[in-house]
Amino acid sequence: MLKLRDGIVELYRKVASSLPPDVEEAVKGALAHEAEGSGAAATLSVILENVKRARDTFRPLCQDTGVPVFYVKVPFGLSQKELKNTIMEATREATQKVPLRPNAVDIITEKNSGDNTGEGFPVIYFEETSGGALIIDLMLKGAGCENAGQTYKLPVEELAAQRDLEGVRKCVLDTVQKAQGRACPPYILGVGIGATKDQVARLAKEQLMRKLTDSAATGEIAALERQLVSDINELGIGPMGLGGRTTAMSVKIAVNHRHPASYFVDISVGCWAMRRGRLIW
Amino acid sequence: MVEVKRVGLPLSAEDAAGLRVGDMALLSGRLVTGRDRVHKYLVEKHPGKGDIPFDLEGAVLYHCGPVIKKTDAGYQVLAAGPTTSMRVEMYEADVIRQYGLRGIMGKGGMGDKTLRALQEVGAVYFQTTGGAAAYLADMITEVAGVWKLEEFGPTEAMWLFEIRDFPAVVTMDSHGNSIHKEIEAVSFEKFRTLAGKI
Repeated sequence: MLKLRDGIVELYRKVASSLPPDVEEAVKGALAHEAEGSGAAATLSVILENVKRARDTFRPLCQDTGVPVFYVKVPFGLSQKELKNTIMEATREATQKVPLRPNAVDIITEKNSGDNTGEGFPVIYFEETSGGALIIDLMLKGAGCENAGQTYKLPVEELAAQRDLEGVRKCVLDTVQKAQGRACPPYILGVGIGATKDQVARLAKEQLMRKLTDSAATGEIAALERQLVSDINELGIGPMGLGGRTTAMSVKIAVNHRHPASYFVDISVGCWAMRRGRLIW
Repeated sequence: MVEVKRVGLPLSAEDAAGLRVGDMALLSGRLVTGRDRVHKYLVEKHPGKGDIPFDLEGAVLYHCGPVIKKTDAGYQVLAAGPTTSMRVEMYEADVIRQYGLRGIMGKGGMGDKTLRALQEVGAVYFQTTGGAAAYLADMITEVAGVWKLEEFGPTEAMWLFEIRDFPAVVTMDSHGNSIHKEIEAVSFEKFRTLAGKI
């Protein structure tokens, strides 16, 4: 799988050094919306200049090249074990070639592996697809925004959050209020709702792979996505937390069925530098 | 448009005292980096000034774990934006007092403990743009040294950078003001309204 390995190295390079077009458009839209001469406008201008410089020079646009998270759709008959090996090899090579910042640290020895591989590192999710093509989606998830994520077990009395979509709305607002400007706003938020906490955490993060221009298929959920963008922007935290009109560019929600006794909500916070990309093989 | 102040590093006591929240600054001179491991080490081991190869008196400490490439000509900084400062809140006040720092730079601001230490020693907190790592790396003109590279690795080591016209905003000053604190208070009121009575 030598050629596939090269393809994944290139995917790493592209994802680390360029912002997806839909995200860049959203940042430009935010800039147009901020008051001229404001700190928010200055911040967004620096962000756009940075995006351009990184893309033109193939350098990482953020020094935190994050935790690589792979979502792999595998056609019937392809070995997941071999694919995993190829991803690990490509990760070692990309760390040298792009280069990526080595981010995989051993819990016991505190030693950095130096090549972005380790136990459970990168994160890889496989799913079998009925199609003939292998589809590899990669997100480089920065830790500053990962640290701002929250999980809620509804009901939450302090928030008067009951087991309904109104309760979910309060949880998302609470997460952003707690994050303030620390996780590099304007944010993109992924929300997962369902029966178990491992499941909703994965579901929430997966929503960050959605294009900012799409909306949830179910009317009630799509309405909540729009409502939340509007509510969050009322908070006034603004780009990089210096105040302003844009605190969130997008909210993406997905739901699973839940157990009668459980109502888990997970919120995955994405920074403005939402680096994601796809390789079709 | 706000006036931009040109600030030389290391910071003099007068310069630090003259900076106010909201000031836009262009920093030039030398600064050191340090993040989670450097802070833990400084507070747990208390290395003396002679044990650290750089003079921290009056220095600005930048919360940054850069992407560095080693070339034949030396180290090249490819990406060097700020990391979240709040993670070192439990250490920073002690570090500022013990080593005589006059500036901290990072993103997201810090808490009351650090704000009090800034006021006590006459130091400031600069915020620079998170994620703008390629842009900010272009303002670093030289890697002048590194400490603890072998032990901590390139992300967590203390780097000595020469910078020129490095853009930052004063968001916490030596007079007890913090933009982060103000914005959090305003957004909390909004949050209470939006989330209903809680």
